[in-house]
Amino acid sequence: MATAEVERRRARLATMSIAAVVILVGIPLWWRTTTTYRAWLPVTQIQELAKLQLLLSADVEVVFARGTLTPEQQKKITVTHTQDEDHDINGETSLTYRYETRYRTATIMEEDALSQPSAVATDLSLHTLSESPCGSLVVYVIPESSSLLPQDVDVYVGQRRTALLRVAAETKAAKTLDQVLAAVEPRVKEVLQVMSFSHHDITAALGDRVRLSPGSPQRKADSMRSFKSSPGYEITFSLLNPDPKWHRLHWDIEGAVRTYVQPLLSKLSPVANFSVDSQMLHYTMLGVNAQFDASHDAYTLSVESLAHVINPVEARLGSNAASSNALLNFLLYVPDPQHSPLRILDHQKRQVASNAFHSPRWGGIMVYNVNGFYEANGEAVDVNINMAEVMGVFLAQLRLLLGVHPSAPRAGFLVAPPGSSGLSDWELDRLMWSRSVENVATATTTITSLAQLLDQIDNIVINDNIAQQVSSAIASLQLATAELESGNLAFALQYSKEAILASERAFFDPSLLHLLYFPNDQKFAIYIPLFVPICVPLVLALLQIMSEVHQRRRDKQAKKD
Amino acid sequence: LGATFLLFLLLLLLLLIQKHMIVQPLLSGFFQCGRHVERAHKLSHYRLFPKSLGQVISKFSVRELHISLTQGYWRTMQWGQPYQPSPPGAELWVWFQDSVTDVDGTWSELTNVLSGIFCASLNFDSINSIQPSASFKPLGIGNVTDHRFLRYATLPRETVCTENLTPWKKLLPCGSKAGLAVLLKSEKLFHSSFHSQAVHIRPVCQDAQCATTSWELRQTLNVVFDLYVSGQGKREWSLFKMFSRTLTEACPLASSSKIYVDVSDNSEVLTAQAVVLGDRRTFSVYDLTQKSTFGTTSSLNLLIRWKSSDAHMLRPLLHAERYVAGYRLQSGEIHTLMYNNHPYRSFPVLLLDLVPWYLRLYIHTLSVTSKGKTNRPSYIHYEPSKDRVKPHTLEMLVQLPPNSVTEVTVHFDRILLKWTEYPPDPNHGFYVGSSVVSSLVPSIVAMDTNATHECPLFNSFFPSKEETSYFVRLYTEPLLVNLPTPDFSMPYNVICLTCTVVAVGYGSLFNLLTRNFQIGEPRPGVAKRIANVIRKMRGVPPL
Repeated sequence: MATAEVERRRARLATMSIAAVVILVGIPLWWRTTTTYRAWLPVTQIQELAKLQLLLSADVEVVFARGTLTPEQQKKITVTHTQDEDHDINGETSLTYRYETRYRTATIMEEDALSQPSAVATDLSLHTLSESPCGSLVVYVIPESSSLLPQDVDVYVGQRRTALLRVAAETKAAKTLDQVLAAVEPRVKEVLQVMSFSHHDITAALGDRVRLSPGSPQRKADSMRSFKSSPGYEITFSLLNPDPKWHRLHWDIEGAVRTYVQPLLSKLSPVANFSVDSQMLHYTMLGVNAQFDASHDAYTLSVESLAHVINPVEARLGSNAASSNALLNFLLYVPDPQHSPLRILDHQKRQVASNAFHSPRWGGIMVYNVNGFYEANGEAVDVNINMAEVMGVFLAQLRLLLGVHPSAPRAGFLVAPPGSSGLSDWELDRLMWSRSVENVATATTTITSLAQLLDQIDNIVINDNIAQQVSSAIASLQLATAELESGNLAFALQYSKEAILASERAFFDPSLLHLLYFPNDQKFAIYIPLFVPICVPLVLALLQIMSEVHQRRRDKQAKKD
Repeated sequence: LGATFLLFLLLLLLLLIQKHMIVQPLLSGFFQCGRHVERAHKLSHYRLFPKSLGQVISKFSVRELHISLTQGYWRTMQWGQPYQPSPPGAELWVWFQDSVTDVDGTWSELTNVLSGIFCASLNFDSINSIQPSASFKPLGIGNVTDHRFLRYATLPRETVCTENLTPWKKLLPCGSKAGLAVLLKSEKLFHSSFHSQAVHIRPVCQDAQCATTSWELRQTLNVVFDLYVSGQGKREWSLFKMFSRTLTEACPLASSSKIYVDVSDNSEVLTAQAVVLGDRRTFSVYDLTQKSTFGTTSSLNLLIRWKSSDAHMLRPLLHAERYVAGYRLQSGEIHTLMYNNHPYRSFPVLLLDLVPWYLRLYIHTLSVTSKGKTNRPSYIHYEPSKDRVKPHTLEMLVQLPPNSVTEVTVHFDRILLKWTEYPPDPNHGFYVGSSVVSSLVPSIVAMDTNATHECPLFNSFFPSKEETSYFVRLYTEPLLVNLPTPDFSMPYNVICLTCTVVAVGYGSLFNLLTRNFQIGEPRPGVAKRIANVIRKMRGVPPL
């Protein structure tokens, strides 16, 4: 009996020690050798990003010229005033616009500038006096008696970051300084709506994060027209010649790009990198057969058929194999004499003056008719294309497609035509505001959805470089939002671009491919031949020990009783 | 640097496009070439040069690019020397500008982009690319010959089909809408014995002074139709029969567009004579830019009938072939045979071999013999492979004695790969790319260059007219080598087997350790047990 008991104890000890080895050595070893490497990701910071609270702040200086304030008002004038405007877009996104307004009187130099004969000259000399930084604005309040502005114009928006505002009678009536400022403020705000960010632009830029309720169709079309923010754009001008038998086309595209396009692009260089090239494509037809319309005495393309024009042409355009930047196409189509003149009709069946149309987020097409040049003998003629006419159309389309929207003209506003560069400073600012916000919104969605993806697939490997990209994206995002808050627009855009690049690099990393990893069921199919023969006897033995222990305890209990 | 600088300060202007086609007798070889020369300012405004290739050139700082996609093998002994030599499958060799710092990285990016442009899967990286030291020299102007900037790779298994032809046609300024390219219908072109399309880009001189340079893009297509078989033994062919199309016009952008028909064997109308690859041939020339070529029907269909049934063709002076010898899956031998058929002249050839790392070459077994005697190569360049990093490069200069066969043999071992490194269908075997044999072959024909001035492009294919020798590049057959191939259910079998072994061992040990051993009563015998069962049934106490 005693030996049997010793034997049983030995067996029990053996079972327990095997179980201990399995649990203490085997399972950790298995765990360590089969875990996937998952680098640490800043999860809490990513979760904070899911809730985006943007604060855009613009510095506004309101300068009162001589004759707009009384002397005692002038003494008290140096005040600053901060005004916040909160907008809740949805539960997770909120916007705050902060206008930091500084009031002061004009300096002597500025007074001199304001006494120039015309608004254009004033604008120029004010600009030479002091250059205001990116994103800030200066509004000069000039007396009603000033002859700078025409009779029916109250506001002059300059080429740079200045505006002239003529105060009407209401400031005259105001006694105290506060009353004056209160009267001026709504007018200044109107100017800001034109020259700085507007709520409409900013919400459109948030389109990646926020599903907007469809507004008016026109607004929706506006917001869908321009290209998404991209680190670079490739602009290609293509000359389409449907039949080189009839005409040899010559275009001085190099000169035209240098004269018309390059100034605009160098002005836009803070926003993105641009590259321009051109090509000539022969035997390229439009996808639609134009019908002869006797009422217009021309072949016509209706609005409905324009949608079908692009597809067959696009196969010939050539994709940009060498880069992943967004591609903008501008096509100049010169119809052959059998189909000439070719006119584009609008919805009301009227001829479009420019004879051109654009396709949202794709590019523009212009039809260039050459009439009366052809000789009867069928020999090919040389045609020199008037590049000024063509580039005028393409430049307007380029501005639209890049997101430089002409804001709706307001009554009483006179907007100075953009200078030789084709873009005013404040237009660039508006574009930079919306691009920064768009980049921030896109980068946050990319990072949060990446985190979500990695969270869902728990056996995906997260390499250190991905974690590093994510961290740098988050750091850049935080810097970008901080710069937006402090109103440093140029830096904000720079950081937001870095954020978007880092986040995309992390998101599209080839190592994050789900198909590279085994699903769990297959993994366990491989483990089972090992696990089952080892675990079943062990578990059974342990169960037996447990039942014996249980039995003994019960026996003891019974004895006690 | 001077050359690069010049190259980027050019003007935008079109020079010329020329398209030529040679129709050869015998098997009716067809050969077409488009050539555009573009002077481009920083290569961003294109007139005839395709934009997609121009962007590739400027982005990857390419100095020279040669890509060929070939279906079938050019049979030198039957068809003569190839007009545009190319190995079966895909071949790419690129010279980069000397401003490129990371040549390997640029090379793999470039091949990815080219795969996209030509719809091919050119998976070239440093594992299958080499830097030949002598065999591939730049064909354009420029003086950089440091082979660090050269990359060469082949894919013998690449299949060429319609999807590769379409992007090639798209590079032509007139596409397939006008000119000779109208004939290129893929269903006819691929119903042929040999099909090879190629794109060559190189910098060339703008004028005689060579003050400015421009880019030349040359597109060639080389097709061999076996009309003798498909035409029931009749020795005749026509354009319509071959392409089911006729020609109606030249591409209006072309400055020259001609068809050359080799009529050496039944020469009645002699229009042009040229010495092609050491052989004097007679061509009749059809100029598509002339209205009179098309006649009254305004369509051109050429039909040629041969009077004699056998054709004269010069036996190629240089010829090469290659095979794998040896049995079993452990080792083998690569044999390369080079034939010099010249009766009395010996000449040197450059042999280039690119052997993948999974054949382990033993270079000490390299032997070169001709006419039973050892032939010492005067130059050997050998770079050993590194497993999974780079292939073997073997390059040598061998003098071929007249009227002889020179045999180059080298032993190799076959390697057992990791199971993930086998391609799909590994039992098909592994391809080893063709050897490249380059040589200046002495010409037999006395030179006569009277009639050749009128066709400058035509002669630029065969730049040999005034020399007493001409350049030939030959490709041998690719090799198909079997490697030891495992059964691919192996990993799971191994897992199951080892698990079972572990389980059995562990199970017995576990049992031994945890069982209670007790002394038991010996079991009664069988008869006693049966008796007991019966007694139990009867209700009698057991024994």
